[in-house]
Amino acid sequence: MNEAVEIEALEQRATAAGEPALPTLRFLTCGSVDDGKSTLIGRLLYEQQLILTDQLAALERDSKKHGTVGPDIDFALLVDGLEAEREQGITIDVAYRSFSTERRAFIVADTPGHEQYTRNMATGASNCDLAVLLVDCRKGLLTQTHRHAAIVSLLGIRHVVLAVNKIDLVGYDQAAFEKIAAEFQAFAAPLGFATCVAIPISARFGDNISRQSDNTAWYSGPTLLAYLEKIGVEEDRSALPFRMPVQWVNRPHLDFRGFCGTIASGTVRPGDEVTVAVSGKLTRVERIVTADGDLEVASAGDAVSLTLADALDVGRGDLLAAPQARPEVADQFAATLIWMSDEKLLPGRSYLMKIGARTIPATVTGLKYRLDVTTLAHHPAKTLALNEVGFCNLATTAPIAFDHYADNRVSGAFILIDRYTNATAAAGLIAFGLRRAANIHPQDLTITKAGRAHLMHQRPAVLWFTGLSGSGKSTIANLVEQQLNARGVHTILLDGDNIRHGLNKDLSFSAADRVENIRRIGEVAKLMTDAGLIVLCAFISPFAADRQMVRDTVGDGEFIEIFVDTPLDQCIARDPKGLYKKAFAGEITNFTGVDQAYETPLAAELVLGRDGATARQSSARVIAYLVEHRYIERFDDTGDWSI
Amino acid sequence: MNNRLSAHLRQLEAEAIFIMREVVAEFARPVLLYSIGKDSGAMLHIAQKAFYPGKLPFPLLHVDTTWKFKDMIAFRDATAARLGVEIIVYVNEEGLKRGISPVASGSALHTQVMKTEALRQALDKYRFDAAFGGARRDEEKSRAKERIFSHRSAAHAWDPRNQRPELWRLFNTRIKPGESMRVFPLSNWTERDVWEYTAAESIPVVPLYFAKQRPVVERDGTLIMVDDERLPLKPGEKPRMERVRFRTLGCYPLSGAIRSDAETLDDMIAEMRSTNTSERQGRLIDHDEAGSMEKKKREGYF
Ligand SMILES: Nc1nc2c(ncn2[C@@H]2O[C@H](COP(=O)(O)OP(=O)(O)O)[C@@H](O)[C@H]2O)c(=O)[nH]1
Repeated sequence: MNEAVEIEALEQRATAAGEPALPTLRFLTCGSVDDGKSTLIGRLLYEQQLILTDQLAALERDSKKHGTVGPDIDFALLVDGLEAEREQGITIDVAYRSFSTERRAFIVADTPGHEQYTRNMATGASNCDLAVLLVDCRKGLLTQTHRHAAIVSLLGIRHVVLAVNKIDLVGYDQAAFEKIAAEFQAFAAPLGFATCVAIPISARFGDNISRQSDNTAWYSGPTLLAYLEKIGVEEDRSALPFRMPVQWVNRPHLDFRGFCGTIASGTVRPGDEVTVAVSGKLTRVERIVTADGDLEVASAGDAVSLTLADALDVGRGDLLAAPQARPEVADQFAATLIWMSDEKLLPGRSYLMKIGARTIPATVTGLKYRLDVTTLAHHPAKTLALNEVGFCNLATTAPIAFDHYADNRVSGAFILIDRYTNATAAAGLIAFGLRRAANIHPQDLTITKAGRAHLMHQRPAVLWFTGLSGSGKSTIANLVEQQLNARGVHTILLDGDNIRHGLNKDLSFSAADRVENIRRIGEVAKLMTDAGLIVLCAFISPFAADRQMVRDTVGDGEFIEIFVDTPLDQCIARDPKGLYKKAFAGEITNFTGVDQAYETPLAAELVLGRDGATARQSSARVIAYLVEHRYIERFDDTGDWSI
Repeated sequence: MNNRLSAHLRQLEAEAIFIMREVVAEFARPVLLYSIGKDSGAMLHIAQKAFYPGKLPFPLLHVDTTWKFKDMIAFRDATAARLGVEIIVYVNEEGLKRGISPVASGSALHTQVMKTEALRQALDKYRFDAAFGGARRDEEKSRAKERIFSHRSAAHAWDPRNQRPELWRLFNTRIKPGESMRVFPLSNWTERDVWEYTAAESIPVVPLYFAKQRPVVERDGTLIMVDDERLPLKPGEKPRMERVRFRTLGCYPLSGAIRSDAETLDDMIAEMRSTNTSERQGRLIDHDEAGSMEKKKREGYF
């Protein structure tokens, strides 16, 4: 067998066959229990011959055991999956199925009809461009139809098909169909759908699914499948302004720094100017790199790596955007929340917000109202429970870049994660940014001690940097503190500057006073860990006994000794404060490394500064240590992957 | 732009690349579960594209039951050499010592010990916190509801009540110490998508997928290939040469062959379009009972 030749022939076939021009259609089906969603999807799969003989045999077996349609095949059983649900005869989750016709590929999300499962419907809708709403034509529009249409509209779906099912059960009555269709048009008008059509069907008997039915001669519109095959749903994401969240920085070697991501909207070409949204820095796209070669242009949906003309500080979580149409940048904004967790929303509590590739602590600072998705009425509320929808103000610990969800379904969407259970607590749709003073109405919150501990979300610790003068202790400690603060970790930095001039102003450099100096610092550090902080201490602390004293005060497990082991000759060469020069000239005495010994730590938790590491690399190692030992949480990896 | 791929396949590929990058950015120790089959092959190919021009930022793990087809092992080693990737091969030695085999212990126990338990052992041993699997939602009904990011407890258990909703492309990747995530980048692909992608991207596959004269015995209507002398022949049973191929590959005594003339990818895709049995038909472990996949999933097998 000559594989190469074979594959070549295949490639030609694949392109010559003229694959469907329209992109894959992702749609969801929703309706009340027993309206026939599962039957409809089963029918669609069956008619595309996607049900294979062995599956069909299994289906016939199952139909006898669980089915609701007597001796016939119960297509609904094809799309139910979990045993417990199947026994109950209801669909209680989202199920995804793929099928394709000659013209188009489809991914269908089957979502539950149960009233309390708003959460699953929203989940299904978030990844779809079209919704098929089912109604039982004997029952007409139900409360739940309203509810489903509202959620679908809320999540930005712009195309809706009303499938008026079980038309066989009303004797294929035109008037019954038209009444429901008209009612729906009136109801849906304010929801702002771009297209909205009604089709009379029987999922069970196949009328107007993929075959035009003789039973509904009065209906001249397309079958459901024909309609789905042709509809254009791309609101043309490529026409929106360029946005790309940076997912990962690819640095295979020093000469290549590729910013990997999937383009959320718009198009990009080499030479285009882009801005790093939060910092506002400008640069140009140099190359659009893919494994299939560099691209001349890439657009929404493409997974690419961009190289940039300037060496900017860009990492995971940043949003690259068109400078002519920048996203908003703010640390406070208003958004609709769909609550997804059994645990209620707690305003003031810290959640993790994931937006694009960024994860950042966020709190709900105010709940404006709860939205009744059936009547669209606003109700005052203090919290949101599972399946409830509300309009809120939120604040993040640092500014983030975003668009309004109505304008961009990628850069305007976020999720909230419960920091204790890690459950996905809510789906969020950003409405608009808030300016600090003008719009914030803080809730009246009484902070208890327990509440404070919750809010801190961190394990306290003392990071004790020890090493020669000029070894880089303070520089590294400063960088570490910056990175911790960027992650929302509460810290304090103690060093000669803030201790020697204040608390320890009365102490000299005599041997006894040096011990007292370190003792006091140790006690202060311990108090601060009691308050929940991560305390960074940068002191030469040349004596092992003193360091051990602090370790004992603070307690093992909270004391992390970090030895900055920069060689003496390098410290002397750096001599940032000219101290070595003075010491060698005899102007100062008892100077560590010159006329006083430095006792090398033997069991430091971390040793830095060897092999010419830069301060930035050293600080990244400290962060990595804290993550690995779970002093701090892992969310963004800017630090780990960009070095 | 890659013109070899249809708009549909391009979209699926981009989605898989996105998922893989998300894992690499958010997990400390990811691994790609490489089962040597076509799905793993496609996944590996996409991974290489996702991190191009860099190297794969994670190793491959093959859980070897010691009963794979000889051709599979040869292909695995050739793939590792060709791509210069690291493949960790893990065998449940303790299971071997207990004499577990598909022949002696039956398919259920063999799979449990040599695959399910072995996988857990390997993940624990190397402290992997995210494992890519090539499973697709079209394989089995219960898979249709599986998440792309599937959360597993510290005991590797899958709890259908405790899976996270997946909104937009905002995957919640957070786990507690000891917990892990199974990640399925090909969730939305169908068997046909995988083959068409394999063809368009010229991804090499194990020759067992193509028809050839092979020694087989027929048992309960299933053709089993006699890949080595370990398969005990029943009285009167004699291997005969037949033109067969495989739609899915696993342990040879558990993989049913189909009679076929499809010698090339092209023939095979044509055959698949006209055939009407699912690929799982050849997978003996699923016949045990309805809902069996789901049980396996709860126990930590995919
Ligand atoms: N007569 C008739 N029965 C239908 C039709 N569609 C669904 N059914 C029946 O309605 C019941 C509920 O259907 P199912 O698909 O399980 O509803 P779901 O809860 O919306 O998924 C089943 O007994 C179906 O056989 C239809 O078009 N005509």
